[in-house]
Amino acid sequence: MLLPTTEADLAQAITAAHEAAEPVRISGHDSKAAMLRPVQAARSVSTAALSGVTLYSPSELIFSAQSGTPLAEIEAMLAAKDQHLIAEPPDYSALLGATTPQTLGGVVACNLSGPRRVAWGATRDHVMGVRAVNGMGEVIRSGGRVLKNVTGLDLCKLLTGSHGTLAVMSEITLKVLPMPERRATLAFGGLDPQRAVAALSAALGSPYAVSGAAYLPAEAASRLPVVSWLGGSVTLARIEDFAPSVAYRIDRLRAELAEYGAAEILDDGASRSLWSSVRDATPLAVQADDAVWRISVRPSAGPRVARALEAAFGAQYFLDWGGGLVWIAGPATSAAHDAVSAIARKEGGTWILLRAPDALRTACDVIPPESAALARIGLRVKQAFDPKSILNPGRMRAGV
Amino acid sequence: MITQYAPKPDVLARRAEILQGLRALLPADSVIGDELRLKPYETDGLTAYRQVPLAVVLPSTTEEVAALMAFCHREGVRVIPRGAGTSLSGGALPMADAVVLGMMKMNRILEIDYADRLAVVQPGVTNIGITNAVSANQFFYAPDPSSQLACMIGGNVMMNSGGAHCLRYGVTANNLLGLKLVTIEGEILEVGGSYCDSSGYDWLGLLTGSEGQLAIVTEVTVRILRSPEGQRAMLAAFDAIDVAGACVDAIIASGIIPVALEFMDKPCIHACEAFAHANYPLDAEAMLIIEVEGSVAEQDDLLARIRDICNRFNPISMRVSASAEESLAIWKGRKGAFGAVGRISPDYLCMDGTIPTSQLPFVLRRIGEMSAQCGLAVANVFHAGDGNLHPLIMFDANDPASFHAAETFGADILKLCVEVGGCLTGEHGVGVEKRDLMNVQFNETELDQQRRVKSAFDPDWLLNPSKVFPLKNSANTATPAMAAE
Repeated sequence: MLLPTTEADLAQAITAAHEAAEPVRISGHDSKAAMLRPVQAARSVSTAALSGVTLYSPSELIFSAQSGTPLAEIEAMLAAKDQHLIAEPPDYSALLGATTPQTLGGVVACNLSGPRRVAWGATRDHVMGVRAVNGMGEVIRSGGRVLKNVTGLDLCKLLTGSHGTLAVMSEITLKVLPMPERRATLAFGGLDPQRAVAALSAALGSPYAVSGAAYLPAEAASRLPVVSWLGGSVTLARIEDFAPSVAYRIDRLRAELAEYGAAEILDDGASRSLWSSVRDATPLAVQADDAVWRISVRPSAGPRVARALEAAFGAQYFLDWGGGLVWIAGPATSAAHDAVSAIARKEGGTWILLRAPDALRTACDVIPPESAALARIGLRVKQAFDPKSILNPGRMRAGV
Repeated sequence: MITQYAPKPDVLARRAEILQGLRALLPADSVIGDELRLKPYETDGLTAYRQVPLAVVLPSTTEEVAALMAFCHREGVRVIPRGAGTSLSGGALPMADAVVLGMMKMNRILEIDYADRLAVVQPGVTNIGITNAVSANQFFYAPDPSSQLACMIGGNVMMNSGGAHCLRYGVTANNLLGLKLVTIEGEILEVGGSYCDSSGYDWLGLLTGSEGQLAIVTEVTVRILRSPEGQRAMLAAFDAIDVAGACVDAIIASGIIPVALEFMDKPCIHACEAFAHANYPLDAEAMLIIEVEGSVAEQDDLLARIRDICNRFNPISMRVSASAEESLAIWKGRKGAFGAVGRISPDYLCMDGTIPTSQLPFVLRRIGEMSAQCGLAVANVFHAGDGNLHPLIMFDANDPASFHAAETFGADILKLCVEVGGCLTGEHGVGVEKRDLMNVQFNETELDQQRRVKSAFDPDWLLNPSKVFPLKNSANTATPAMAAE
């Protein structure tokens, strides 16, 4: 495996692969190897040695770092200035069986976002600039280091979430925000999923800037000591802001949602612990051999999806993003997988097979197929970046 | 004068035949071919450039758009999409051999869902029209470009429009869930939907801000948000630009993200005051308008914190509004800034670069020096929180030398923006206006990468040509051959 220490070395490695027309497996510290489809390639390039923050300007709400920089390092740097990553990127290490640190590049390449996504946008919304090496070994830049930029096609968004199949990012610039002074959570006990999502919709549709909205059915709630004492299912709405605002808003929201029951108020410490668990999907009851799917639908469809999959194969689940993100665990069978893709299609949503044994993830689609017209454009766009199809072949789709 | 690709002689020669073909696809009143009725489409918000198109078509449905596109593709006819024609970068400037695809008839709101916080609208709905449709339920659509009364959501999507509240609510790209589009080949695409975050490539992100280069938008799913309990503005004036800039930094560093943070320099303050009588401090070198939101108590708390910060910078005056009416009065001058400058100068060019906010004092000083050098006055108004500058360069369009000097001055400002780490355009788009400056920001490798992406959607370069990308020596270079190079 090649471990380039500079962008020029990275470009050279990709140029060599391009000239030899040999596929390259792209990784950071490999913490997401269990995601999507496994990549078979003659060569392997890691960004792990492309590490370090290159710019941090707290008053401009911006930082740049090389793609192999461990995320924890960035989070610590921001915390020292009371700032944070807006999309609250998750750490799926436990779910994916990873023991290595995740990198900034990995989070951006997978467009991973946590609970705050529902109110403040996804990781892709905060990528202000990238430097990357395309499949011909050319260094390309898109965006920059400013917060508002519409100059040229937005390749930042195209590369974010492209799982290293279009270009290898070498440096990324992200927008950040001040870390809220305080957080608190309303916890409603004992609602069924439909009522819960109605409550969460009311919370997200309130003027109180709710920044987290999740539903844990009884089984999932029992796995988190911070809420298990409530007994049964819990419906959770978070508010983060200056302390006086949080106190005021949480009271108002509690009063306005009284029809859903008398909510408990979880304080700052409990909220921190709770939402980092929700973020990392720890409430999901996953058996060792289970597959895990993330389904994204319109929030009101979340309960229907969960119920259908419970009925189909006894799925374990919980809901985030106000009901719009359905976490599913279940047997790694093609029947279960077909049930997931069928219900998501029926509800007009999308999904990703986040984790599965190789037998399943090599045999089926790990993300939904696109329409013929879009797939054709997709192939041409892939060609536009990587004409010999050497970057992470098969990672997102078989044969691409 | 702007150059465009040469019109295709065969298309010009077949004009009658092409019009006949278009009329076979749409009702008679939806195809415009006579010169008098074509005239209004010759320009957009960048009125310095004009070109009467071959024809204008006004489709009413996605299917009609698909039929039109398939026809134009088959006939090799160029297509210029157009919303309300408010582009300040010439994004809808026609070409002599092109069909203008006007989207104003597709102006219906198709769905509003408060529980799922989204609305599905056609591209010809105005920006303010979305907010108006949901305001009775205390919801709103967040991006608010200053042209929001006229500009259409389809154009907002294609230009990734911003506004004064981006620091808190983001730009258009951050407020979309899905799009329906038609390709140049006449195929209908759906990207995104009513959910968050697609699993494949982020087509929604790529298409947003693509300036009509990739596909035609025929349906837009936007996020709608609950309105805050209230909002209130304050004004702080300083005797030096640097001091105002330092104050902006201090506010952000304190952890407060105001919903709006606007900056005006002395010439702009004076122009706005003469126009709007907003009681602005005429002795100030720089003025900030800062807006916060929340309950009255929350507003009081935030405004007190901001006032304390401003006080550390010796403001020459401060005014905290006590009511919604007073806030409107504070905003009145700012919202009328372009009109105000229009009153003191026969014509003006509105520039749109973005800079790192730390470079603000340096950039404004340099703009002042350039203004003195070229003898053209400039007023600066901008979104201070995100560094998006709008220098308004005053000139006289009846004097070609004055126009030329204004264009050169504008280009120099944008080059300066890039030099200090910023970009050519924060929200107005490249269009034709900044096309020839693209190689200031991007090298040829990077431009070719973007061109190949365009070719992937539009292999024959029929969609909005002559915009965004610097012209190659011959139009023939921008052909499918590029995708394979």
